[in-house]
Amino acid sequence: MTLLPALPIVVPLAGAVLCMLLRKNIAAQKAIALATSFLILLVSLVIMAQTKDGTIAVMHVGGWRAPLGITLAIDMLSSVMLLLVGLLAVGVSVYTLFDLDAPRTRFGFYPLMLILLMGVNGAFVTGDLFNLYVWFEVLLIASFILLALGGEKPQLEGSIKYVALNLLSSALVLAGIGVLYGMAGTLNMAELAHVVQQGERGGLVTMVAVMFMMAFGIKCGMFPLYFWLPASYPTPPAAVTALFSGLLTKVGVYSLIRVFTLVFSTDPEFLHALILWGAGLTMVSGVLAAAAQYEIRKILAVHIVSQIGYIVMGLGLFTQLALTGTIVYLIHVIIVKTNLFLVAGAIKRIKGTYELRALGGLYKEKPGLSILFIISAMSLAGVPPLSGFFAKLTLIIAGLRMESWAIVATALGVSLLTLYSMTKIWAYAFWKPAPEPLPDLDPMPRAKWLAFLSPMIAFTVITIALGVCAGPVFDYADAAAGQLMDPEIYIGAVLGGAD
Amino acid sequence: MEVVLAIVIGALYGGGLYLMMRRNLIQLIIGLGLLSHGANLLIFTAGGLRGDVAPILAEGATKFAVTPADPLPQALILTAIVISFAVTAFALVLFLRTYQTVGTDDVDEMKETDT
Repeated sequence: MTLLPALPIVVPLAGAVLCMLLRKNIAAQKAIALATSFLILLVSLVIMAQTKDGTIAVMHVGGWRAPLGITLAIDMLSSVMLLLVGLLAVGVSVYTLFDLDAPRTRFGFYPLMLILLMGVNGAFVTGDLFNLYVWFEVLLIASFILLALGGEKPQLEGSIKYVALNLLSSALVLAGIGVLYGMAGTLNMAELAHVVQQGERGGLVTMVAVMFMMAFGIKCGMFPLYFWLPASYPTPPAAVTALFSGLLTKVGVYSLIRVFTLVFSTDPEFLHALILWGAGLTMVSGVLAAAAQYEIRKILAVHIVSQIGYIVMGLGLFTQLALTGTIVYLIHVIIVKTNLFLVAGAIKRIKGTYELRALGGLYKEKPGLSILFIISAMSLAGVPPLSGFFAKLTLIIAGLRMESWAIVATALGVSLLTLYSMTKIWAYAFWKPAPEPLPDLDPMPRAKWLAFLSPMIAFTVITIALGVCAGPVFDYADAAAGQLMDPEIYIGAVLGGAD
Repeated sequence: MEVVLAIVIGALYGGGLYLMMRRNLIQLIIGLGLLSHGANLLIFTAGGLRGDVAPILAEGATKFAVTPADPLPQALILTAIVISFAVTAFALVLFLRTYQTVGTDDVDEMKETDT
């Protein structure tokens, strides 16, 4: 039995414990956080090397065979999510070296960040539904504190909304788990899938499925359950928002994908059609709300909602090609969105505001930063040859093949409005002359400025690479989608075979 | 027994959701508490109310003489109780801090993030 699947959980936990032991020593905490992040990335690369040929890495915790014990199972989707967590962890850790205020660092930003990463990784590797709930709570409690840390008035108000709705969603997950256990007598996802496929309890299964859809829908910010997101995400510092936007809603989406491809895949005419409706409405409402905003961080935060719509669209169409699109989109949006928030943070750092009306002339002042922004923004809108173009193209081809004209039209229209929002930021913050010249609040020497921008440069390079090398990425996502479309592979790996 | 518990769970959910929709922060947190109790009882009931002896086999036996209780729902509920205790404790502190900073416990007054 290999211990590899447990490492994505153990590594950040060890880092968090070390950080807490050294809570007086900020410099040591920064070093530990950075080292742990690189280690998470390394572990995820090792795992990916093992799972990229389609093997599912399975570990029965404590030696209790499935379905008795808790199983950790990493398939290709989990593996790519772990890799993204690693990349994000490194990027955000480097960013916080330059842009995080002393009080927040002193009150435990780093241990909390590592615990958040542990929760996220745990949710990605677990093969047990109750365990998934526990990891959700781990990452939620860390995110609650990260969101409120600093105690500014908008932060606290945002936190209330965030906490209340997420606890409601957790109660829903718990209730769903209870009913499922009563019905199937197990919470191991592979065993559950097996029981549901027998198809004896059709109506009850659909009811529980809708409960999970509501619960994970709240967590990932789907229509009409997303109102907590624009209220809370724009309030903490940029590093925290970047981390949240990259990871938290994506854990919700991942859980939706996992549960609705593995367990609740027997009734796509109703369930997946419902998801598709949700996807379309999510896209439209997110992008329209963003169009009304004049603050960079708020535009980006509301746009998260719209992007979730695209990701969920693939799940709603429920074909292999559509799921391929979903996975490519997930990879693309995690990188690009995080990068945009980091760039927004850099703007705030030098100009002291996110207000588009007050900003201006950044292109003349900071051409490097402007190029980083425009590449990511264009990628988000889906301009070729960047990563967003191929992700959207795959989804749209999948929609056309299914003859779902409405969702294709929606996706294309929303894409155009995304371009509008992105060019608005570009025109206001970068192009137009500043209404009143704002001084550079933090003039950095060239070397430090480059180091500050290094995570953004890295993410931008990845965005371009994802577009240029779309072939291999697409092949990987296609294989991962193939695994998702055939639950027997997952069930066989978890329940059968010697360890 | 199931019927009684079902009514209790319904009442807990109803009360919890009603309190969550009030504007007062304290009522919000009591509502959340009721909701998680309701969910715990739901697991307990849905898990099956059969047997009231501990699921421990007698020395040498291979079968239970009487139907034992299912230990798993109880383990799940215990975990959920611990989690909801921690989360409620955090939420109380957060709400207290918010009350001190914003100066009100009326959720309708918290409009800073609404635009």
